[in-house]
Amino acid sequence: MKFEKMLKGGLAAVMAMSLVACSGSSDSSAPAADTSTGSDTTETTVAAAGAFKLGGSGPLTGGASVYGQAVKNAAELAVEEINAKGGVQFEFVMEDDEHDTEKAVNAYAALKDWGMQVSLLTVTSAPGAAVAPLYKEDSTFALTPSGSSLAIIYADLINLADPYGNVFQMCFTDPNQGVASADYLSTHTNLGSKVAIIYKNDDNYSTGIYEKFVNEAADKGLEVVYAGTFAGEDNDFNVQLSQAQANGADILFLPIYYQPASTILKQAKDMDYAPTFFGVDGMDGILAMEGFDTSLAEGVYLLTPFSADASDDLTKNFVSNYQNNYGDTPNQFAADAYDCVYAIAQALEASGATADMSAAEINDLLVEQFTSMTFNGLTGTDVTWNTNGEVSKAPKAVIIENGVYVGVED
Amino acid sequence: MKNKKSFVGNLFSRTYRSRTISFLIIIVGYILIELLLKTGNLSSMFQSLLVPVTCYIVAALGLNLNVGVSGELNLGQAGFMSLGAFMGICVSGALSSAIPNGLIRLVIAIVLGALIASVLGFVIGVPVLKLQGDYLAIVTLAFGEIIKSLINNMYVGIDPNGFQFSFVENKLSLAPGGKMLISGPMGATGTNRIATFSVGVVLILIALVIVYNLIYSRSGRAIQACRDNRIAAESVGIHVANTKMLAFVVSAGLAGAAGALYGLNYSTLIPAKFDFNLSILILVYVVLGGLGNMTGTIISTIVLVLLPELLRGLQDYRMLIYAVILIVMMILSNNEKVKNLLSLLHQKLSFGKTKEAEANE
Repeated sequence: MKFEKMLKGGLAAVMAMSLVACSGSSDSSAPAADTSTGSDTTETTVAAAGAFKLGGSGPLTGGASVYGQAVKNAAELAVEEINAKGGVQFEFVMEDDEHDTEKAVNAYAALKDWGMQVSLLTVTSAPGAAVAPLYKEDSTFALTPSGSSLAIIYADLINLADPYGNVFQMCFTDPNQGVASADYLSTHTNLGSKVAIIYKNDDNYSTGIYEKFVNEAADKGLEVVYAGTFAGEDNDFNVQLSQAQANGADILFLPIYYQPASTILKQAKDMDYAPTFFGVDGMDGILAMEGFDTSLAEGVYLLTPFSADASDDLTKNFVSNYQNNYGDTPNQFAADAYDCVYAIAQALEASGATADMSAAEINDLLVEQFTSMTFNGLTGTDVTWNTNGEVSKAPKAVIIENGVYVGVED
Repeated sequence: MKNKKSFVGNLFSRTYRSRTISFLIIIVGYILIELLLKTGNLSSMFQSLLVPVTCYIVAALGLNLNVGVSGELNLGQAGFMSLGAFMGICVSGALSSAIPNGLIRLVIAIVLGALIASVLGFVIGVPVLKLQGDYLAIVTLAFGEIIKSLINNMYVGIDPNGFQFSFVENKLSLAPGGKMLISGPMGATGTNRIATFSVGVVLILIALVIVYNLIYSRSGRAIQACRDNRIAAESVGIHVANTKMLAFVVSAGLAGAAGALYGLNYSTLIPAKFDFNLSILILVYVVLGGLGNMTGTIISTIVLVLLPELLRGLQDYRMLIYAVILIVMMILSNNEKVKNLLSLLHQKLSFGKTKEAEANE
């Protein structure tokens, strides 16, 4: 009897989980005035005459769906704008990979069946690393908006050799974020001099930034007084915070995603510990988090290539269009995705590729373009790529003031 | 002539019918898929699902032996898969220059993956299976999580000097020509994808042979006796702990083999993949297919792995529909009326058969 009960309990839990996974996507699908996604066959055949088939996968359901939805929305927005302009035309399909390597491979196969010619690869890192070799094998060009791991562009991680060559990144790599953070802190000594770090040691994004940051910090004369770790879904950081406080840290570096960061901010406040909080791009999204008291994030610094309050026309247009269509403020993932589509459009235009070419032919043309062109977008100006697929652009530091990002003037 | 007939008749006799059907499904399915592959009629999506489906079937068959036949709930099947997967990746990586042939390396990896999972299954089983109650469920649940955490913090590399290990932080400095096999939370990257569908099918067939031979053997009857009435089983001289151990170790070994095949099918594998959810997923395959019913396990695994992929066209609604279908299937398969209807259908069908048989005679 007991045995049966346990079984039933476990299965009920599974069902509940799968339902929760669904609810993640429902919030953003409400204002669906979009016509560009349709994967039904009638639409495909109509548009196939002159449109490039742009694919991509990301977590549209499940825990990381915030990122996937942001990328999907922004890419759709960019595709609509570009199609309206005339010239290069796109047809865009985003598949769900649930932030899972196995599902990402399936999603890639589904896109391949659809006839994808150019790709946004994946939104998150581990799935990206799983499909990158497949893109290489099939010679399909891919530009990932936010897959920041080095494993996405290099087959040999130890020597950083053997790049795939046709997989490019729009965002910084994890190590670059570590280097940039150390650079920023060492040149802005007014923020503090003793650094404590709390990072997630079962997450490759977090450990990647941490390892590089510590190396760089030593070279740049920054003093790292404490490094604390957590794993999984831990939500008690009192031990790490009191250790950081006891070691006299006046900067708390948080190379982690925003969910645990929000808990850390809350618990630090409860224990009256107020160092300068410094995050990287994973911190982006904290203000949009449901149920988060944004006053806790006042004065938090983060290194991100995009801030929604920037005053240039490009950003203003993008933010207002995005808000009109999807009802919330775009984050950096959205901006990266928007830039990706525009960069691909620019390269396609310049290369003279046509939509009836095969994916491999387009791939050759695009690789040539991407390694030689300069791109100006939301997330940076004079953006270039090297032959390994790494992006080169300047990171921007922003500080959160009155619940919005404000660019920090150097 | 008469002999042959009785052999075929024997295959479809009450006792062995389910075994024959299981083997038929796998063999016919394999031939069909190979035909589709050869004629180029199989979409990339189905091709990418072939190997994972075989892995899940093997792991689910093992779990069914443990949950259905032996009656011990195991919530750590993903942990055993994880062990097998990372063992397989390390073995394949280490032997890549010594044995260039992918098939041989794959077989060695699968054997060693099964071995390490069985050994750990044995170690866990020794204390736990002596207890009565749901202790195995609790311990295997913890075991799965422990394995995940351990591999998350493990750094393994290989260079000309041999294997190099480090724990928690990556302190490895590999000699030139070395490569990382497992790098902590990043898992294994750059794995040679040597897993093939044919090997997966052979693995299923081996799993079926092992499981059915065990069920139909003296030990198998002892296992079921322990499940149905422990005291009665003990009273006729069956060593309950050892008997249950047999089912548990075989189950763990099959999961390890499935894991090795799975790990070598992807260029990147993160330890977090083998979490509690995966264990439950495999348990769902088993329960939906019917406890102790191997044919049912095979069918339910195939359906449940394919379902979310086939529903891709429905975009955002697919996970919702998947959950609804899952719940409906669970309710229906346990509903008395549906059961009665099915058994009625079954009776009618078998009546038809006996009449046919009579007419033949």
